[in-house]
Amino acid sequence: MSYQRFNQHALSEWMRGKGPRSDIVISSRVRIARNLSGLPFPMLATSSQSAGIVRKVEEALRHQNRPQVMEGAELIRMDDLEDLEKRVLVEKHLISPQLAEESRHGAVVLSRNEAVSIMINEEDHIRIQCLFPGFQPQEAWKMADNLDDWFERHLTYAFSETKGYLTSCPTNAGTGIRASVMVHLPALAMTQQLNRLFPAITQVGLAVRGIYGEGSEALGNLYQVSNQVTLGQQEEEIIQKLAGVVRQMIQHEHGARNRIQESSLTKLEDRIYRSYGILSNARVISSKEAMQRLSDVRLGVDMGLIPDLSAQVMNELMILTQPGFLQTRSKQRLDIEERDIRRAGMIREYLSMKRESE
Amino acid sequence: MQCQECGKRPATLHYTKIINGEKTEFHLCEVCAKGKGEQMPGVESFSIHNLLSGLLNLDGQFAEDPNARSSVATQGLRCPTCGLTYSQFSKIGRFGCSDCYQAFSDRLDPLFRRVHGHTTHRGKVPERTGGKLRIRREIDELKQEMSRRIENEEFEEAARLRDRIRDLQEKLDS
Repeated sequence: MSYQRFNQHALSEWMRGKGPRSDIVISSRVRIARNLSGLPFPMLATSSQSAGIVRKVEEALRHQNRPQVMEGAELIRMDDLEDLEKRVLVEKHLISPQLAEESRHGAVVLSRNEAVSIMINEEDHIRIQCLFPGFQPQEAWKMADNLDDWFERHLTYAFSETKGYLTSCPTNAGTGIRASVMVHLPALAMTQQLNRLFPAITQVGLAVRGIYGEGSEALGNLYQVSNQVTLGQQEEEIIQKLAGVVRQMIQHEHGARNRIQESSLTKLEDRIYRSYGILSNARVISSKEAMQRLSDVRLGVDMGLIPDLSAQVMNELMILTQPGFLQTRSKQRLDIEERDIRRAGMIREYLSMKRESE
Repeated sequence: MQCQECGKRPATLHYTKIINGEKTEFHLCEVCAKGKGEQMPGVESFSIHNLLSGLLNLDGQFAEDPNARSSVATQGLRCPTCGLTYSQFSKIGRFGCSDCYQAFSDRLDPLFRRVHGHTTHRGKVPERTGGKLRIRREIDELKQEMSRRIENEEFEEAARLRDRIRDLQEKLDS
């Protein structure tokens, strides 16, 4: 089954890939929501209507001249997957928990490099998502825009002149676009500047939230910045505003890193090497601690303090140590304690392998 | 009872977690409960849709005012295509089908203004099916360009734009 292929190379290109500004920006994502005209939204669609939507997308994908990125793309039906398999797709950010758990006739089309995932029958009939490594929101939008144009040649969208693309939730109406950038902000967190930065971001109509964890205490100092407004602005404006704000955040984070390095280098080194030591030697580690230690180590790599590791260490390990991955890898269900043990083992193995290969 | 995390504030949230038959009791204050985020039952339900239905239910405030328009009219609103009522929509915060936008249109602009600050789409238009709107947008742009040219006394260019606008207008009317 096609799912095997995706699980064999556990990591998507965006996790390995080196995008621009990848010392601070982990990934850039754009998703656009579309619905087909003349059919109820998935919430009210009958089973046969939902199945029909999957077929329509499938047929559209068979047309000639499809965008190159979709060569070799595959459609995977949620009903054909085990719970654990779905969970891994969620952990890779390729599908939403909602598609995995609640959808009827839910499916996803994955491009070979996993930069594109098209969810079918989630909250909307179609959600096109493009995921790029590093700071590339423009590129992600361009690709999503292209795919959208191509789909529109074969499918008729629900569209209104005044309300734009009609979506199931009014918060997505208009452009249907949600653009987001994932940033790693350890130095701003250490110097406690985030509580000054975030309100300013919210004021300009963007949202910030921690990834893995709720509230101000984001695990691993990873944050996602995204647009909130989808109606009344052009897509390019939305992307540019987001990009502008993220550029500022990058600058602030760089400034904070420099200041820490000048004022308290020894303390910083101590923190980073302690975390490196723990990750290299621990026998039991919770996902919360792992994320925090990984954030320290990642900062150490970015600042040139740990030359035998690459910056990908955090991107890869934060995915590989998620519960779904750990359980898939050990081919069995694991309780929390067993997962903490496997997680520690997985990290040790990964780090020693990387040290040998460098 | 004091919160078991901070030991300072009174515990307002009590729940029992059972993992593999092992029972753990939690007694937390609101602040610490929020900190626990993920593991908290019920936290997830405080989603965008709840917030949204909060925005939609603003009608409720007015309903108590005898001078305000009767909410019966709102209650009775129903999408003829999918059958979703406005009150159902305001509870779940989702439309049932694309025709709901039309069926509830009188009530939606205040909502869109609150959520987006705007009520009219300015973004992308479908290439194949958005024909007329694309043309109308192009005409608007050309008209603006034309008045700029006239102000700058670039009459030749302005005349060229005027002809293009006329062509597009014909295409629109046909």
